[in-house]
Amino acid sequence: MLSIKNLHAEVEGKQILKGINLEIKTGEVHAIMGPNGSGKSSLASVLAGRQNYNVTEGEVIFKGRNLLEQKPEVRAREGLFLAFQYPIEIPGVSNINFLKTALAEIRAYKNLPPVDAKEFLRLTKEKQKLVEFDARLVNRSLNEGFSGGEKKRNEILQLAMLEPELAILDETDSGLDIDALRIVSKGVNKLRSDKNAFVIITHYQRLLEYIVPDFVHVLYDGRIVKSGTKELALELEERGYDWLKEEAHGKESLEKATI
Amino acid sequence: MGNDNEIIDNIANKEYEFGFVTDIEMDIAPAGLNDDTVRYISEKKGEPEWLLSWRLKGFQSFQKQKLPEWQNFDLPTIDFQKISYYAAPKSKKKYDSLDQVDPELLATFAKLGIPLSEQKTLAGVAVDVVFDSVSVTTTYKEKLNELGIIFCSFGEAVKKHPGLVEKYLGSVVPHSDNIFAALNAAAFSDGSFVYIPKGVRCPMELSTYFRINTENTGQFERTLIIADEGSYVSYLEGCTAPMRDENQLHAAVVELIALENAEIKYSTVQNWYPGDKEGRGGIYNFVTKRGICKGANSKISWTQVETGSAITWKYPSVILQGDNSTGEFYSVAVTRNRQIADTGTKMYHIGRNTRSRIISKGISAGKGHNSYRGLVQIGSKADEARNFTQCDSLLIGDQCGAHTFPYIESRNNTATVEHEATTSKIGEDQIFYLNQRGIDSEKAVALIINGYAREVLNQLPMEFAVEAQKLLSITLEGSVG
Repeated sequence: MLSIKNLHAEVEGKQILKGINLEIKTGEVHAIMGPNGSGKSSLASVLAGRQNYNVTEGEVIFKGRNLLEQKPEVRAREGLFLAFQYPIEIPGVSNINFLKTALAEIRAYKNLPPVDAKEFLRLTKEKQKLVEFDARLVNRSLNEGFSGGEKKRNEILQLAMLEPELAILDETDSGLDIDALRIVSKGVNKLRSDKNAFVIITHYQRLLEYIVPDFVHVLYDGRIVKSGTKELALELEERGYDWLKEEAHGKESLEKATI
Repeated sequence: MGNDNEIIDNIANKEYEFGFVTDIEMDIAPAGLNDDTVRYISEKKGEPEWLLSWRLKGFQSFQKQKLPEWQNFDLPTIDFQKISYYAAPKSKKKYDSLDQVDPELLATFAKLGIPLSEQKTLAGVAVDVVFDSVSVTTTYKEKLNELGIIFCSFGEAVKKHPGLVEKYLGSVVPHSDNIFAALNAAAFSDGSFVYIPKGVRCPMELSTYFRINTENTGQFERTLIIADEGSYVSYLEGCTAPMRDENQLHAAVVELIALENAEIKYSTVQNWYPGDKEGRGGIYNFVTKRGICKGANSKISWTQVETGSAITWKYPSVILQGDNSTGEFYSVAVTRNRQIADTGTKMYHIGRNTRSRIISKGISAGKGHNSYRGLVQIGSKADEARNFTQCDSLLIGDQCGAHTFPYIESRNNTATVEHEATTSKIGEDQIFYLNQRGIDSEKAVALIINGYAREVLNQLPMEFAVEAQKLLSITLEGSVG
């Protein structure tokens, strides 16, 4: 579904991704871990097409097409969803109107007939239940005055409504208490299927106790320095990142020496 | 960022969508204003002596007054002697039905998307169409007649209801009020007149579409609305104008009078030609709008959506004379390219327990400048008067400006006056967030703008609100900050 090859990117002239390689297939859940500033969120931003992130080398193929040539809204309509680390507030735009517009745009792109008001309402109710989202928040302005946890849950509601093929969760667990974490994880687990894939970006192993990944990758200094299964996450929890940093630096100096 | 600038440039390059000229024979007065022109206009319209002498007094005030200097923009030089003060379509006869109306004219309305005939019947709107200066057709008159409601052109009212006109004309905006009101008093061509009898609730929205069409013709409309005791009326005014290179001056006057327990709701959507992106051409929209809540428990509510004109300079105001009366002002003003808006309201609290509410939403894009200027005045007898003011400014891009000039004068210490103000920017974060949910940048801006202006748009009658929402989206199409 998603194939990232030798991806290099910079922001404001600073190299932040230095050759990422990653293959994600339908039905898989990948966790990306790594210390602060390692490039995790940057990777999510590059994939979603955020401005200021310039790809300098490499390619990303999503569903057989060059993702990097597509505008952000086209990527979204193609089925790439980013759950934001810091969801944005938009005063005056009701959550429900926003969801309706987003769904209509995505369906129109796929040549699907628009969802009528009644069906939309039913769908919203169903998904709200699925992700245990407070019904009162649906009619409020988009994320305005929402608590941190409410914002994150709203991201998951959108995820449920828009049914993307590839969902990237950018530190969705940060700022969540244990109950919210449980609810969000439960929602994600219900949405997992053999037709979609998830990329879960997180600092902590904690989230991965609830959403069990098929693969775990460690990002450090713009590169994936280690990949493994869920056991890797446990090892990281125990040993921290330092041993990987040392390994990476060792490799780097070795490379330099060879050159 | 590159993408941003591109989109901002697009908005600046966007041509005015309603710019076209209708080719109809016109009857035009020679340019310039003097006693003779005033007499010419009055004679053309077959007016009685008292009205002519009122016009002449207006002309005298006009000559004595100077242009204001307090506004927050450079007022371009206006050569009042270069303007023609009267233009009417040459075909003089009145129409009984639409079939008799010049097809060119109807085509113009069609281009503007004004559903003049049957569609309006379905929508329940009676339209008094003012094409340049003379009323062409008035629909629904009979239905309104049954209720005793008068809704006609100003000229017709002068002929058929001279008593009412003479009593109220200039009673809210005197001919000497300001230089533009004086100019209007001297040279007003036509306009609309509404009278709602005691206890009558007008069953439909009364609506007038104004249109400026002849080159170099200042248009001086005059609207007078009287709501008698216990009556209610909602009046809609919507405007678009064709593209011109010469600046056109529009100095209208609107007077509203609400007697005891009466309510007047006045809504405006203004979309006149704003000039090109360098600021050439465009309408000068210098309008004096004022209402008086004369009787106790009366209410006047102004709602305006201002997207057009090179310069918009107006302060729809309410004199709260009756005890327990209410004044409201809801405004969305958009400026882009080099457009200027200096608008707001004045609320004069005179009676006891009077209330006013001001919600102003400015949107600036490109090199546009938007000023809110408001006065809340509490008189010594206005015990327990209350005012709430909220002024929000939204900026798109980094070359525009927003300014707020709130004035508060209170002579009564039982009064409560509240003022809130915010300034925000459409952020690229907001746009990206919506992009990431499949919504393109243009739709994203429209969504954000309409969300921002919702409180005001909600005040408009349903049909108008949809139109206004569309207009906002079209006006700001492609703008990202």
